[in-house]
Amino acid sequence: MSDTLIKVEGVSKKFCRSLKRSLWYGMQDLGSELLGQRHSRNDQLRLNEFWAVKDVSFELKRGECLGLIGCNGAGKSTLLRMLNGLIKPDSGRIEMRGKIGALIALGAGFNPILSGRENIYVNASIIGLGKREIDKKIDEIIDFAELSEFIDMPVQNYSSGMQVRLGFAVASSLNPDILLLDEVMAVGDMNFAIKCFNRMDRLIKNTAVIFVSHSMPQVSRIASDVLLMERGAALVQGKGVAEGIDAYYGMVDAIPNFALEGAVSIETIAINGEPYVKQPIVVRRLEDLRISCRLQVAPEHRRVSLYLAFYNIEQTNVAEFLEDEPTAIVNRSGNVKVTVTIPRVNFSKGTYSLVVGINDLDTGHILMRIQSAAFFQVIGKRAVWSSFQLEGRLEQLP
Amino acid sequence: MPPVPVTVYSPDSSLHNPLLMLRDMFRDLLAGRELAWRLAVRDINAQYRQSILGILWAFVGPVTSTATWLFLSGAGIINVGKTELPYPIYVLTGTMIWSIFTEALNAPLNQTRSASGMLAKLNFPREAVIISGIYQILFNAAIKVVLLLVSLLVVGINPGWGLLLFPLGILSLLLVGTSLGLLITPVGMLYSDVGRAVAVLLQFLMYVSPVIFPLPKSGWALTLFKLNPLTPLIATTRDWLTGFPPADLGTFLAVNGVALLLLLIAWLAYRLSMPIIIERMSA
Repeated sequence: MSDTLIKVEGVSKKFCRSLKRSLWYGMQDLGSELLGQRHSRNDQLRLNEFWAVKDVSFELKRGECLGLIGCNGAGKSTLLRMLNGLIKPDSGRIEMRGKIGALIALGAGFNPILSGRENIYVNASIIGLGKREIDKKIDEIIDFAELSEFIDMPVQNYSSGMQVRLGFAVASSLNPDILLLDEVMAVGDMNFAIKCFNRMDRLIKNTAVIFVSHSMPQVSRIASDVLLMERGAALVQGKGVAEGIDAYYGMVDAIPNFALEGAVSIETIAINGEPYVKQPIVVRRLEDLRISCRLQVAPEHRRVSLYLAFYNIEQTNVAEFLEDEPTAIVNRSGNVKVTVTIPRVNFSKGTYSLVVGINDLDTGHILMRIQSAAFFQVIGKRAVWSSFQLEGRLEQLP
Repeated sequence: MPPVPVTVYSPDSSLHNPLLMLRDMFRDLLAGRELAWRLAVRDINAQYRQSILGILWAFVGPVTSTATWLFLSGAGIINVGKTELPYPIYVLTGTMIWSIFTEALNAPLNQTRSASGMLAKLNFPREAVIISGIYQILFNAAIKVVLLLVSLLVVGINPGWGLLLFPLGILSLLLVGTSLGLLITPVGMLYSDVGRAVAVLLQFLMYVSPVIFPLPKSGWALTLFKLNPLTPLIATTRDWLTGFPPADLGTFLAVNGVALLLLLIAWLAYRLSMPIIIERMSA
């Protein structure tokens, strides 16, 4: 089946920056809505308004999944809320065919005093299940949430992870034609996350999915299409999920922040000969990575050492360059130039930041450690979950 | 395969297609029935689970205010005109009936407010929130009616066959209260002034309704009472409960007719306003 389930044509939405004005505009909209003339003046912004979503169009068929990505405040959630029918577009048109399921606010409508079981009934009714359907599904839901021991305990005594698990179990028990997902994968512990993914994989086959996430590995795994938003507008869209993710990584604002400053300062950093200014430097996978630094070192520190650390976009330390026996960098004139070469770098596709550290070799003191001293973006063919995509040889044995 | 439901969202007001809108309204009302029931059960359960006196609280309010008025009139601080009923019963029935009305009036706004988190995040029939409020009022009203009947029995008043019509009185109070309450909900969700104004207005309204004071015999006060559309509602409901023939059945029916029309308009406005209100509340 390849029928188009979602059709979005030139949809825009404005929001207001000031609350007082926003309420007053609300009154005006209310008036014109009740008079049946909402569509007037819709292409103009009123004072303090801005476009939260501007002229977005796309279509999605059954079995396709649109990865909706962008920085915070790019308009992803607003678009999702319009698709869910919670708010009306200010211009354009949205057509949705089939039953809509949303995994957005897990556990919205839970009452903390009531037991898990009671809340399942309430929550499932909210998403449109009838009593008989719930009766049929309740054991499966409890089972999936792994809460059979605690199901008759008030939800207020659940840990936040347990609440989200229950929310996910209920919300995903629906069999929709269209599924809207907003950052739901960041739930629960590892085991549960894997279970969620398996269930998602099953759901996705027969649905049109819109998946909002900041986790690019997840997007690259699930999405068949991509829509990168910036300030309400579509920046990149189409089948090229990899390009979209690259463009998103390229948008990361790279401003170094000085963590601990001593007697050393960095003059310049260059990667593969290209001086780092502000934009991440593009590095091809499996090329040599050459990092050069020009440093100013105070004369009293005669011998220093250097180490590097690599952080991924989620600010996790994924790799370090650290010699077992540090090479002494001799400081003669106060001006020091060094180059570190890492052969055939096998970082996976994505953006990484560089931490530069300088120690005094004689005293062992840390002289400087600069977080996010430079950024570089690794270009590769495939998106991978982990930070490294190892090279290797696969041979079939006779 | 059953036909796939198609949903279209566009900036146009739904009023452009009134037939479709009416169909959607009743479809959602039907679809929201069960959810409304669940929400009502949830709220009632949650309300009483953390309480020892539980249901008793439903009539603590009217009983204490009855006691206050009995004290005031007994001590001669206020002078209440002559009532055909024993005054304690008059006040008790009055305050009970009045509390049902005020609950009904406040429910739509309160219910919508407390469900605003859900409304902003999930799409479900919005009617369910209102219906759930009505269920809760009916539940509270049932408790109050039991208390009223017991006290009538104690005093030795026989309601007679009029009692069978008494539920109609309750329903009409609910109808008028809900339609007025629903009408102010859209604006009330945007501005908190509305809720405050209603509280003030209700206080005033109670004194020009036959709740504590009987209908004045003459003068401008009588005109005020007569102009108040709540007067026939409260009087008729009380008459049915206490075995008197209703004095002004015609006005009673007329008020209900108007309220029914008002309810339809208010419902329409509520539906149309929901996306706009949600947009102005944060997610």
